[in-house]
Amino acid sequence: MSDIITVDARGLSCPQPAMLTRQTLQKFDKGTVKVLVDSGTAQENVSRLAQKAGWAVAVEEQPEGGCRIVLTK
Amino acid sequence: MSSISRFLTSRWGPMITGIVVGVLAPVLVKLGNPGNMGVCVVCFSRDIAGALGLHRTGVVQYIRPEIIGFVLGALIAALIFREFKPRTGSSPLVRFLLGMFATFGALVFLGCPWRAYLRLAGGDGNAIFGVLGLAGGIGLGIVFLRSGYSLGRSRPAPTAVGWVMPAIAVTLLVLLIAAPQFGRDAGGNPTGPIFFSTTGPGSQHAPLLVSLIVGLLIGFLAQRSRFCTVGAVRDAILLRDFRLLSGVIALLVAAFVTNMILGQFQPGFEKQPIAHTNGWWNFGGMVLAGLAFTLAGGCPGRQLFLAGEGDADSGLFVAGMIVGAGFAHNYSMASSAAGPGVFGPSVVVVGLLVCVVFGLTMREVKA
Repeated sequence: MSDIITVDARGLSCPQPAMLTRQTLQKFDKGTVKVLVDSGTAQENVSRLAQKAGWAVAVEEQPEGGCRIVLTK
Repeated sequence: MSSISRFLTSRWGPMITGIVVGVLAPVLVKLGNPGNMGVCVVCFSRDIAGALGLHRTGVVQYIRPEIIGFVLGALIAALIFREFKPRTGSSPLVRFLLGMFATFGALVFLGCPWRAYLRLAGGDGNAIFGVLGLAGGIGLGIVFLRSGYSLGRSRPAPTAVGWVMPAIAVTLLVLLIAAPQFGRDAGGNPTGPIFFSTTGPGSQHAPLLVSLIVGLLIGFLAQRSRFCTVGAVRDAILLRDFRLLSGVIALLVAAFVTNMILGQFQPGFEKQPIAHTNGWWNFGGMVLAGLAFTLAGGCPGRQLFLAGEGDADSGLFVAGMIVGAGFAHNYSMASSAAGPGVFGPSVVVVGLLVCVVFGLTMREVKA
């Protein structure tokens, strides 16, 4: 699986960012998934969920605010 | 300061927040707050509604400084850690209604999730039905979330939007201190605009400054740790994530121990402070509250903390709670120590129907 999947979770209430990420991670059991979030809460929840599922997590701050979480496995 | 923040955003954050709430809430009771009501976001919103004259139930009217502190404490934390982000646009009107119905349900039980846990930790057996109902409502909300329920996305908003709720909180503080009175009626009763109870739960409160400082502290900690008494159960079931649940368990244990030390633990069902013994409607009221809070993304405390961070949609949910509390008392929907109000059971049924319709129909509209 070489495609990079992007999940846009910006502006969504809890627990939707974590739910969307989990659905995507379950669909693609390896590769690179990028998750866009715009709150600290969503960033922490998505990162924690991905780490628990064995994905490597890198957080990139975005110039327009929010951040992009790059998950790789 | 940033090491404190890292600690609070770690897995230990909710636990620390829960311990602080669990210790300080019974202390507030010791200092004057009503029994098992050191903190109750819905009861306190109801007292604020009464103080503003939105209902005229004379025994529950006071501008609770804890609520003001929650918003401003979260604001301070959000400003320091650059998380103050004005935003709105995620189905505001639906959130307003969810705030109203959550309050209707919680006032049938006589407490929000925070107070449900605090009542349990004070020995009030009736809270068992409330907590079970809360879990049932959250479970129902999870069914909708799994089937694609969403209130849609919020969008960044002008800075002024984010300052509205903090400004309202400051205004309430001014009204609390100034307590303006325009005069008295022929019977000698104050005509408002601000009403404070002279008897009953509304007249029972810890010293203003103590309540305010406790509120600020909890608001600060909870903004950083993301403490949420509904998310706790939701995340444990839905995501197998127990971080927030550890906070609620810490609250329960800390409040139980503090109540024991202060001699405030009184186990039983009868004659519990500001509670009734109707198990069925203690359960039913909290099913509605749990569902409405889950559909809105978090518990009433969390809504106040988000409002302090600039989330105007959560601010509108809070407005819905205060307006809802006014309706609940004006139309005999709120319970009293004698039992459910005349229209309490029917509003629970109506509220559940409305929430189910939202649960089935609210979906994200793709641009």
